[in-house]
Amino acid sequence: MRPGNMDFDEAVPLSQRSEWSDVVPLTQDDGPNPVVPIAYKDEFRETMDYFRAIYFSDERSPRALRLTEETLRLNSGNYTVWHFRRLVLGALNHDLYQELEFIERIAEDNSKNYQLWHHRRWVAEKLGPEVAGRELGFTRRVLSLDAKHYHAWSHRQWALRALGGWEDELDYCHELLEADVFNNSAWNQRYYVVTRSPLLGGLEAMRESEVSYTIKAILANPANESSWRYLKGLYKDDKESWISDPSVSSVCLNVLSRTDCFHGFALSTLLDLLCDGLRPTNEHRDSVRALANEEPDTNLAYLVCTILGRVDPIRANYWAWRKSKITVAAM
Amino acid sequence: MSSTSSSQMGQLVADKHVRYILMAEKKKESLESVVMDHLRMNGAYWGLTTLDLLDKLGTVSEDEVVSWIMTCQHESGGFAGNTGHDPHILYTLSAVQILALFDKINILDVGKVSSYVAGLQNEDGSFSGDMWGEIDTRFSYIAICCLSLLKCLDKINVEKAVEYIVSCKNLDGGFGCTPGAESHAGQIFCCVGALAITGSLHHVDKDLLGWWLCERQTKTGGLNGRPEKLPDVCYSWWVLSSLIMIDRVHWIDKAKLAKFILDCQDLDNGGISDRPEDAVDIFHTYFGVAGLSLLEYPGVKAIDPAYALPVDVINRIIFTKNDC
Repeated sequence: MRPGNMDFDEAVPLSQRSEWSDVVPLTQDDGPNPVVPIAYKDEFRETMDYFRAIYFSDERSPRALRLTEETLRLNSGNYTVWHFRRLVLGALNHDLYQELEFIERIAEDNSKNYQLWHHRRWVAEKLGPEVAGRELGFTRRVLSLDAKHYHAWSHRQWALRALGGWEDELDYCHELLEADVFNNSAWNQRYYVVTRSPLLGGLEAMRESEVSYTIKAILANPANESSWRYLKGLYKDDKESWISDPSVSSVCLNVLSRTDCFHGFALSTLLDLLCDGLRPTNEHRDSVRALANEEPDTNLAYLVCTILGRVDPIRANYWAWRKSKITVAAM
Repeated sequence: MSSTSSSQMGQLVADKHVRYILMAEKKKESLESVVMDHLRMNGAYWGLTTLDLLDKLGTVSEDEVVSWIMTCQHESGGFAGNTGHDPHILYTLSAVQILALFDKINILDVGKVSSYVAGLQNEDGSFSGDMWGEIDTRFSYIAICCLSLLKCLDKINVEKAVEYIVSCKNLDGGFGCTPGAESHAGQIFCCVGALAITGSLHHVDKDLLGWWLCERQTKTGGLNGRPEKLPDVCYSWWVLSSLIMIDRVHWIDKAKLAKFILDCQDLDNGGISDRPEDAVDIFHTYFGVAGLSLLEYPGVKAIDPAYALPVDVINRIIFTKNDC
């Protein structure tokens, strides 16, 4: 919620602008005994005083529109100013394409506020499917600065749903994952596209290609929580396929055989498989035993839990609980 | 809190935090205060709840706070972030929560406030923040929490509200702001809190979500809000309260978390920051103290994980008869 970078040396104070000479600015009424008296910088105080004047007189004029812009540049988090701006936009029947540009200017300074994004959605909704490309372009620019920007992703998902533009979305996810395979937002978006795009066949139809994609990502970076979770998510509600897909168990074995990486996610995935009914082979047993430090467990799933308690000690209690839940069947 | 003594892990400088909060209210020429003007109601809730948790609510003037709060109420029944601003569900909850701290909910026209909140429910069960229609599961929690404190939950369609929240559940067991949105600890707190208050926790896959939540703990002991992000003290609240509500808090290393929070204190001037060495603010001061409360740190009153108010305040409300 930083104020905008207005150059105060060049801006003429409102009280000295002839355009505003007819308006009496209203000062903040903090009441007789202010609970949380707010400290003000003079320029900010003046702008807010003039805003209050037009807000209370409900002036919906071009100069009011300009004043809301000045106010938002100083503090884009002020939701009352955004509200009033919408009323003024409506009264003036203002060009909403220009409004999209206005929002982009404000976003340059600080895009991490709910009000800005909600305003954007309000405008885009009025303009309709013709701005689908523009909304995807805008969110892409914001995400290029912060690829996990929660508001931008939320807006992008809304835009796809409401305005369309699904064609290149899976490619876009890939692009982001190439840049940072640990980007959980991009993995989430991938799932969003695979499950909701009207152009693809849905989760089951996409499963094979997605599994292969994910396994490649896992092998490149085995210490990635997101990719392992995504892999499991591809088999949502289908335990049988999950435990019988050889590529799933083999990616675990592959990672476990490596000495240069964190084994935790491979172990926990193997644990899940065992608990879901996978019958372990000798390869599984040897692979796990190779990591054991003389731990006495004979039950394979127990042994996996013990090792996990060692390699992921901060979650020792969780792994102990997992161990306590293993039924005899999961040998 | 197990074997680590508090002298080993640092101390909670409670008096300094109290002073920090009281001073923040008096600080002049602070641009930070200026830009927070429109959400002063939230700031007041954070500050006052922290004071109550440290048993220092008596250091502020109840009358001044309460009369200021009432200047923020609109004809619609909703409350604004400050005098002269528009009403919004966010500030309506904070207003009710502050009044609860002072045991002054009875000064409200409960019917009016609850109608404002109930009127924000949409057909699909979701809630808008205000008349402009922004939808987010945060607002589902806020509405449910607020109406529950006012004992008017039956004014909304609870079943549909729950249905909408459940539609925001993701494959990792977590929840996002809208259906399909990425799981985020803040949103998870809101959804789990709402489900807890409405007695609907059976919709949560507690083991799956519990694991996702305990994976938020980083090597520093602090918690992040999503995979591969930095730890932040505010997640000490959102992740921790969620874990407690689903009865899985023993899955994190509590001692390490407590140490992380304590390391985020400004030991000289009071206040708590998002992570060690950063600047403090009221928001993180509240979440740090609330997190320590959930960790049962000595000298901090117990806080209710769903309502985010001291347990004695909630008990008082539960045991008071009230007509809606």
